[in-house]
Amino acid sequence: MATTTMSPGRSARTTDGGSPRPIRRHAAWTPYAFMAPFLAIFITFVAVPAVFGVWMSLHDWDYMFEVKPFVGLQNYLNLFDSASAAYQSFWNGMRATAIFTVASVPLLMAVPLAMAILLNRRFPGRTFFRAVFFMPYVLGVAVVGLLFRFVLDPNIGIVNAAISALGLEGALNALGISTPIPWITAQPWAWISLVLMTVWWTLGFNTIIYLAGLQDIPRELYDAAKVDGATGWQQFRHVTLPGLRNVLLFVVIITTLASANMFGQSVMVTSGGPGDSTRTALMVILGEGLESFRMGSAAAMSYLLAVFLSIVSILNVLMVRGRRRR
Amino acid sequence: MNRLDAIPAHPLSRRRFLTATAAVGAGALLSACGGGSSPANPGASAPAEPAADTYDGPSVELEFWNGFTGGDGPFMKQLVDQFNAEQDAVSVRMTVMEWADYYSRLPAAVTSGRGPDVGIMHLDSLSTNAARNVIMPLDDVATALELDSSDFADAVWSAGEYKGQRFGIPLDVHPLGFYYNKTVLEEAGLDPEAPPMDRASYEDALEALKSAGISGHWMSPHAFTGSMTLQSLIWQFGGSLFSDDGTEVLWDQDPAIEALTWMVDAIHDGYSPSDVGQDADAIALQNGQAAFNWNGIWHMNSLNEVPDLEWGVAPLPNIGGTPAAWAGSHNFVMTTPRSPDDNKLNAARVFINWVSRQSVDWAKGGQVPARTSVRESAEFAELTDQATFAEQVDYLRFPPAVPGIGDAFEDFDQALNEAVLLTKEPADALRSAAERAAKKLEENRNRFGE
Repeated sequence: MATTTMSPGRSARTTDGGSPRPIRRHAAWTPYAFMAPFLAIFITFVAVPAVFGVWMSLHDWDYMFEVKPFVGLQNYLNLFDSASAAYQSFWNGMRATAIFTVASVPLLMAVPLAMAILLNRRFPGRTFFRAVFFMPYVLGVAVVGLLFRFVLDPNIGIVNAAISALGLEGALNALGISTPIPWITAQPWAWISLVLMTVWWTLGFNTIIYLAGLQDIPRELYDAAKVDGATGWQQFRHVTLPGLRNVLLFVVIITTLASANMFGQSVMVTSGGPGDSTRTALMVILGEGLESFRMGSAAAMSYLLAVFLSIVSILNVLMVRGRRRR
Repeated sequence: MNRLDAIPAHPLSRRRFLTATAAVGAGALLSACGGGSSPANPGASAPAEPAADTYDGPSVELEFWNGFTGGDGPFMKQLVDQFNAEQDAVSVRMTVMEWADYYSRLPAAVTSGRGPDVGIMHLDSLSTNAARNVIMPLDDVATALELDSSDFADAVWSAGEYKGQRFGIPLDVHPLGFYYNKTVLEEAGLDPEAPPMDRASYEDALEALKSAGISGHWMSPHAFTGSMTLQSLIWQFGGSLFSDDGTEVLWDQDPAIEALTWMVDAIHDGYSPSDVGQDADAIALQNGQAAFNWNGIWHMNSLNEVPDLEWGVAPLPNIGGTPAAWAGSHNFVMTTPRSPDDNKLNAARVFINWVSRQSVDWAKGGQVPARTSVRESAEFAELTDQATFAEQVDYLRFPPAVPGIGDAFEDFDQALNEAVLLTKEPADALRSAAERAAKKLEENRNRFGE
């Protein structure tokens, strides 16, 4: 099937065989000209700093000092030496980032998928609801963070006020949850709040991607499945999911990277607290590099984080691909 | 550096993420400018001429950066406008940004030659920035302006010096003080005009408030205002955060443990709710849910804007036995220019001197003037709330002038947070934070070549 629908142009050209020379529609440099603006920005702001960062990470780097002593791999070794000042804060940050990623990615995969399937049905007001669910995503992290800091405040926040106004305290206490709930000042509540708030804030983005993917699955496949007597779940399992495989791969990688880069929510809502339990790797790196100005050490941390993220991304690809082979 | 630097003019105006975004931007900028040669440092040897009151060179434009984003901003803007109106040859352009943003951006701007000519810094940032060659010595300015130590509080004056050179001209002092809600005190049967000023009466008052169903003093686990409260208490209990030379961390010793335990006990005893959120302590006072709040002098602007709020201020109550209160101070600094321009330097001197003399107008924005002569003037005495804060001037305490001292406060704040959120015992929290901070201070000593 694929061979018949794909590349009619090429087969036409070779079979007609009038001219062996392909028609040239553009100059040799045209693609590069189109890429140039992006390439210039990419090289200036990504490639050069990335290479320069490696150089930086091998030094005790403070750009205000004339002398930036070469320290070899010391900045990296410090991150594995429990006696150094950087060790504890860095690995604590990595742990916080890992907790957030593991907790948020499954939700950010599943909830938007369910949402997309619902919003893909025909019902009155569908466009309105699509806009509504996407809307939080257009807010900046500043707005969302400040909003939730007050909404979730344990003593003066509206959520706890609502709980007590609705008389839900008794029910919660019966479940072993003491009230008022310390949403942002005690664990595990702080993580629960940050994850749920992030899901609310960003689910619109993944929903849109899924919706586009769903609309690409040919209707005939569903019709054929119905003729074969497939139930709703079976249609989902054997038509929808396989049809979304490439979309899923994209979403899982993007979402994992976005979650691993979590920063603003912690800064705004919990300030890294309680203690330093929600101080993510990015907060640690920023503090090290641009507040304490130990930029060599911060660069080393960034590269270690990048290595971890590459490994996770490769694992994600292998997982989704592996399923395809089966 | 993140904590004391980010003095807000308004409790809600702190948006550190903005900082962060800007800082990332600054980072990109740095990489772009590569090796970034250090700017020339004209040093203290420049002549102490000319006279400080007037500038008669060719016309110059001065860039002036600061972080007065809150209620204090308009007061500074007004001073700058007035200066520009009075001067023909000098025009000052003021740029305001968040403090934390300012501190991470300034070094990059100075390195690339796009920095301001004049800036404002908190006194605990002076030594770090002096060591990093962001700002230049001002001994000649101090001499030309005929400033001398006798006109300034000792702690403020000496904190502006680093390695024997002067880097900051003090503009103001902003201490922590005691805010109380008169209506709430009355409800609990307490005298709204005589707030408790020592430990026994303070605890009695908290007990009376508790009987009236009010958590009297909300203990904040956050840098604002908890950290400043704890620091004040540590000094009151006879302790200190650091040794005088800033080399040793002392907040794992008994006075600090006593101070933090007092805060935590307030929660156990029902004088404070647990899990107080960021700014919730200040808002509770406004809402009449709390009677007391230890907050910075800048906070009075916010309270003035709340209609029908009956509130008063007093010096901090003496809980520990020794009178002491936390304070910060804004200082004028001049950034290290890439290519020194004598006209600009002279114009900057005139500007700094002029504003320094107008500091009563500045005090109206919620500050205590740094100059003793201004502080003791009749004009300042008319600002009764500010003058009440200023009563503490003899026992105000500032962090030591050691480069990189801000790094240690991160750990201090974490200990406070853990203890006040009841996840760790005060002594444990302080001890492990002190260990971490000691490592950082040691690394900083090597780095700054102390």
